[in-house]
Formats: sequence, C-alpha cells, structure tokens
Amino acid sequence: MDLATILQLFDSSLRLATPLLFACLAGLFSERAGIFDIGLEGKILASAFAAGAFAAVTGSAMLGLCAGLVASIMMSLIHGLASITFQGNQIISGVAINFLASGLTALIGQNWFHQGGQTPPLSGSGRFQSLTWPLAEKLNSLPVIGPIYKELISGHNILVYVALLCVPVTWWVLFRTRFGLRLRAVGENPGAVDTAGISVTRLRYQAVIICGILCGLAGVYLSTAMAAGFGREMSAGRGFIALAALIFAKWKPVPALFTCLLFGFLEAVAIRYQSIDLGFGTVPVQFMQALPYILTVVILAGFVGKAIPPKAGGRPYVKER
Amino acid sequence: MSDTNTAGRAQSAPAIELKGISKAFGPVQANKDISLHVAKGAIHGIVGENGAGKSTLMSILYGFYKSDAGEIYINGDLTPIPDSQAAIKAGIGMVHQHFKLVENFTVLENVVLGAEDGAMLKPSLAKARDVLTTLAHEYELDVDPDAVIEDLSVGHQQRVEILKALYRQADILILDEPTGVLTPAEADHLFRILGNLKAEGKTIILITHKLREIMAITDSVSVMRRGEMTATKPTSQTNAQELAELMVGRQVLLQVDKKPASPGAALLRVENLSVRDELGVEKLRNVSFEVRAGEILGVAGVAGNGQSELLEIISGISPADSGKVLINGDAIDIGKTANPNMRRHRGIAHVPEDRHRMGLVMSNMAWENTFLGYQDDPAFEGSFGFMRRENIIEDAKQKIERFDIRPPNPRLKAENFSGGNQQKIVLAREIERNPDVLLVGQPTRGVDIGAIEFIHKQIVALRDAGKAILLVSVELDEILSLSDRVIVMFDGAVAGERDATKTNNKELGMLMAGMAGEAA
Repeated sequence: MDLATILQLFDSSLRLATPLLFACLAGLFSERAGIFDIGLEGKILASAFAAGAFAAVTGSAMLGLCAGLVASIMMSLIHGLASITFQGNQIISGVAINFLASGLTALIGQNWFHQGGQTPPLSGSGRFQSLTWPLAEKLNSLPVIGPIYKELISGHNILVYVALLCVPVTWWVLFRTRFGLRLRAVGENPGAVDTAGISVTRLRYQAVIICGILCGLAGVYLSTAMAAGFGREMSAGRGFIALAALIFAKWKPVPALFTCLLFGFLEAVAIRYQSIDLGFGTVPVQFMQALPYILTVVILAGFVGKAIPPKAGGRPYVKER
Repeated sequence: MSDTNTAGRAQSAPAIELKGISKAFGPVQANKDISLHVAKGAIHGIVGENGAGKSTLMSILYGFYKSDAGEIYINGDLTPIPDSQAAIKAGIGMVHQHFKLVENFTVLENVVLGAEDGAMLKPSLAKARDVLTTLAHEYELDVDPDAVIEDLSVGHQQRVEILKALYRQADILILDEPTGVLTPAEADHLFRILGNLKAEGKTIILITHKLREIMAITDSVSVMRRGEMTATKPTSQTNAQELAELMVGRQVLLQVDKKPASPGAALLRVENLSVRDELGVEKLRNVSFEVRAGEILGVAGVAGNGQSELLEIISGISPADSGKVLINGDAIDIGKTANPNMRRHRGIAHVPEDRHRMGLVMSNMAWENTFLGYQDDPAFEGSFGFMRRENIIEDAKQKIERFDIRPPNPRLKAENFSGGNQQKIVLAREIERNPDVLLVGQPTRGVDIGAIEFIHKQIVALRDAGKAILLVSVELDEILSLSDRVIVMFDGAVAGERDATKTNNKELGMLMAGMAGEAA
C-alpha cells in the first residue's frame, strides 16, 4: 500500500467521520443533560432533506443550511415537549421522531419534486465546496508532508473543519463554564439543580436545542456537502452509529472524536476494498459493507469496559413529595 | 452604636414567622393554618409522626411548594417565597433528608453549583476554595474540597450540604431528619457543628422524630400532628414523654412491655455460615447461632456488617458459600437452587429490611400486596391458576382491620400509604401466616412512633405464641427493648453474644465498633 492510497483512505475516513462526529456531540449534549435521544437519526434525516430541498430551490448552500437547522431544531423541540414538558418516555419519543422524519421526508419530497423522494441534484453554490488551503499546490512537491498537507489537511469543505472545531469547544463548554457544570449536574441529579434554584426544564431545553443544531449540521453535511442532493433514507443508520460511538466514548468529547474517526475509517475501508482476495477465496462485498456494524457490536460488547451513562438519563424530572 | 434603631428591630423580630400556612395535595390537607415563631439564633425542633406535614411545611419555606394560603415573614419582613431561588435570597438554606448532591462531582463543584460568580468556572471555584477553608475552620466543617462526593462517607456528604447552604450565606438553616443516616459519632459531630452555627447567630430548624435529639440540643420545640401545629414550647419546659403524647395524641409506651421469655427448643439454627460477594470480599465469616421457640434474638451492628447477607441467605434470596441452616433440626437448601418460596413452605416468614425494594410492589394496591408470595394458597388460588379475587380482598380487609392499617382501603396503592402503614401491610402478610420462624429486618425504619409501638407489640405477641424471631436492626434501643438475647455483628462475624437484660448501650456499642476486648 503506497502513501497515496493510505492518504486517500484517511481522507475519506475524515469525510465519513464528520456527520458521525456532529451527531455524536449532539447526543452528548442531550444525554449529559439527562435526555436520552434515540432520535438523532430522524433529526439528521429531516435536516438533510430540508437542506437538500432548500439548496436546490434557492441555489444557496447557506440557505439550505438554515433550513436544515430549523428542521432539526423543530424535531428536537418535539422531543423536548414530549420528554421534558409532558414527562413522557424518552425512548418512545425518540423512536417516534425517527418514524416521523422517515415518513415526512419521503412524502414531502415526492409531492414537491416528483423524483421518487429525492431532491434535484445540487451544483455550484448549492453545495459546500472544498476549500483549498494556501500553498497546497506549491508544497505538494515536498515528500510526505506535501501530500499530507494537500490531501488530508487542505481540501475539505467548511463543515468538516467546523465539526473538528466542535470537539474542543464542547469540551470547554462542558468542563470550563457555568453552563457546562449545570448541564452535567442536571443529567446526574436534577434534584440538586432544582434545589440550587436553577430551572431543570430550561436547562434541559437548552441541551435539546443544542442537540438539534448539531444534528442539523450532520444532516446538512450529508445532502449538501458529502452528496449532491437528498436521497431517501440517506442518513443510513448514522444516528445509531453515533449513539454507539457516544457509549464507546463514555460521553466524553475527545474520545468521541477518536471513536468517530475509527468508525469513519471502517466505513472507508469497506467502501474502498469491496472484495479482498485472500488467495483461497474472496471476502464477499456484503461482508465488507457489514464490517463497520459487526465491529461496532464487537467493540461495544467487549472492549469498552464499563460505560456508565449519566445517572438521571432517561427519567423525566418530577419533584418528590 | 449609631444604628441602634434598626439593630433593635432586627434583634426583636423573629427570624422566621409563619402566619396561617395551608397546603393541600388533592384531597389531603398536608398543612392546616400553621403559625410559627422562631427566634433569631435559636435551635428550633419540629417533631411529628410520618405524614404529619413537617416536610411539607419546610418545603414551603424553602420554596419547593407554593402554599395555598398564608404569609411568611423573614426577620420581620413579609417575604413571598415562590421558588427556591427566592428562599436562597432570603437567607434560607436546607439540608434535605436525601442529599441533593451530584455524586460524581467534587465537593467544590457541588458547593458552587447554582451560586457561580460568572459564566466561567475557574474564578468561582477558586473563591469557593477560599471560603470553604474559612468555614471549615470556623465550624468544624472539614471536607476535602477536591474529593468526589461518592467517595465520601454519609457524614461528610452531609457536611457538604451544610457548606452549600453557608456558601450561599444562609442565616437560617433547615435540617430534615439529619441524623437518620449517621453513626452516633457522626451525629455528635453534627450537633457540635450546629452548636457552633448557633454561636455565630444562625437560626436552625431541626426536623426529626428522635425525641432524645430534641431534648439534647433544641431551645424550643413544636409538635405537628395531622397537618396541624399542636404545640410550641421551650424545650426546658417539656420532656420526651409529653412530646411523644402530643405527637400521637395519646399515651405511648416508649418501653416495650413484655414478660420474661420462656424459650423452648431451637427452631432456627445457623452453623458456620460463610459467604463472599462477587468481588471476593468476605461478607459472612463462620456465623453460628440459634433461635429458640418463644425467643427474640436481636442482631445488632452498624449497617453493612453482614446483617443483610444473613437475612438474605436464611430467607432464600441469595446462596451461601458454606455452612448450614437448620429449621426444626432439618437442614435446608442454602445453595444456588434455594428460593424464598421453599422457605415459606418450611414456615419461615420474612419482613425484609427495605420494604420499598423487597417488601412491597409500590404501584400495586394494598390487597395485591397482602398475599404476595402466598399466591398458591388454595384459599387464594382458584382453578386454572386464576386468583380468587373476592377471597383475597376479604382477607386483605381483615388484615387491615387487625393491623389498624390506615386508610382502611384495600384498593389504595401501596405507595400512597405512610411508611408506618406500609410496614404494617408487610407485617400483616407475614405474621398472619403464623410462621414458626420470623425474620425481621429494620421493622421500624422510617416508621412513626404510634406504628412503632404497634409493630413491637405484634412481634412480642408472636414470641409469646412460641415462635422464634430473628430481629435485625441498626437501632440499638429497639434491639435492647425487644430482644431476649443479642448477638452483635462486626465485619461479617459474630463479635459477641449478650443477655439483653444484662447488657447496655455502651457495651454493645463497643462490640459494634469492633472493640470486643474492651467490652469483655
């Protein structure tokens, strides 16, 4: 395997890890505040559709982004309303969000564009374009460093960099600010937050909205950056993989980055090596495609150690008598 | 003294004055027209049975609930308290019975939570560290500011709660059942802290049902009964007996009245019982004893010294590693195939230590709880495994009547009964089967005085009927007043055995602390 192949592999790992990272951090904010969110998948899908549709209609990726965020935040607020205000079951609400997004995107997409649920292909300013960093071409002649700079560091769209930036920002917010302290507290013991005179409801809504924004970015990335337009069910289980990554990372932002990169890498390998000849036979393509999921199960079952979720997670807060 | 006027007014005005506070939860009137004065710098006790409305009243004062009617005056000024934020502003701090701490946070983070100085944590934490050092020095409130809460003992966790209130500059401190979870030494330390706080001019409200504490440290005391404030007196002008009477509205026996035991043959015999937990830690080491017919054997000890394991093994909930348990001379299965149902058929009844977790199904109705575990009784089970519902409800009604369970409604959910009445439901279910051996764990934990007296009488009556009773309790007074013989458990082993009439708190306390040599 030469350097170019390895670089391409890492390059596509990063691209594939980006939506996972957004979604994983989204889940992190929500679950750290005590709201389990199995509906990441639905939010990503809703956002991907809204972004794809608006970018196609307006020709502007930025307007697509705004539409994607709005769609995802709306979904978040439904989840918040059900699980915070009405103290419903968070898992059921999350599952409902997934179904709702799946059905709505197909229905609206078909009625709007008549292309079997897809949105029209995007081009030009309708997509987030790759940014070429200064000197990328000039440095390319340097051995090793040049190609790494050009392939791996430069040449991604803005959302990839935003996702990477979100990791230190999340860490800083969570562990260095008043908001972060309260957010972590409300996921562990909302009673402590309530008796300290802070509104549990408000904090949890804030967390859920941040979750919506980050899921929105994941969806926007899928339909207007990674692909050129929305396709039915294009989130393809990424919301669930992100949840797995979140558990693997034990609800911490920096481990979340590495976990998402690992899952991205597995996916990149599966795409690149559709079938591997082992001499005595070939590994079927289906196995390679299933590999990331199989490894997810194996890793989660065996290698994580004890992952302890936020203590108050999944339970609505009710004042005790 | 340029400021004599305001100072004078502040001196004379009570720290807390409540006027006509009322609060109803649905049809239940939790507080009825309550008025209360607490002088500045005083320790004021509030006593009452479970469900008397003490906690509701304090929750209103702390802004957890809004009262339906009434006014609150703090230092003479009318102060509406719509939420906890307002209470904190008014200088009120509360130490809840169940601590409101974030367990995986450090002490510092818990203290700062909700009282941060700005959006960034660093300066707030630094300031809190300084303040904690000062407070620790001033009030004997030493806690390592960087320790994580879950690594601290209960006593230290409670100090963190007090520090939280003081950090918010509370002048009025409410403590709800503060000693329920403390060891005697920790409780003594707490009282020293309260004394220091009082010396600094803080006002303290102490909610408890331990009358000894009230007599020991309060300046004045109020009694609540059924949502009403029935009396307020200076502590020096009352005594424990009078307070107990005011609480329950009738004469109670603080001392259990019982005849000397006339024990017969050994009904329950335990030989060399040992068990390790999943981490390999020895929980029981060669425990042996016997309980004879017509005898109560008390098992004393600080919680966590093997008493729970002992009860679980004898009742068939969990297996032992080695040893024997004999009922009427026959060895019974204590391996992995043991189950509580087989025990019931052998005449063992079990009132578990934790009634919420093991004794009752809280969301089920009382009648459903009164036959749990005895479903296969032909009186309850009809053909094809259907329940004989009418029989069961009729039986539940009788149990409710005999055990004076209130309200006498078999269709009320278990969770809607008070602690004492829940315990009576469990006790009725187990005692009414007329077992040969009764295992009782913490029979009166969180139970009001009236019910304690009743429960004690039932246990003694069963003894007098010639049954063997194994009583596990962390309340030494209860062990001493009920038992005929006492064994003390320490670190999984029997540290000593005493005749209940020939021992005392001090001697048992030494055994409980692992100082067997000095006790002998």
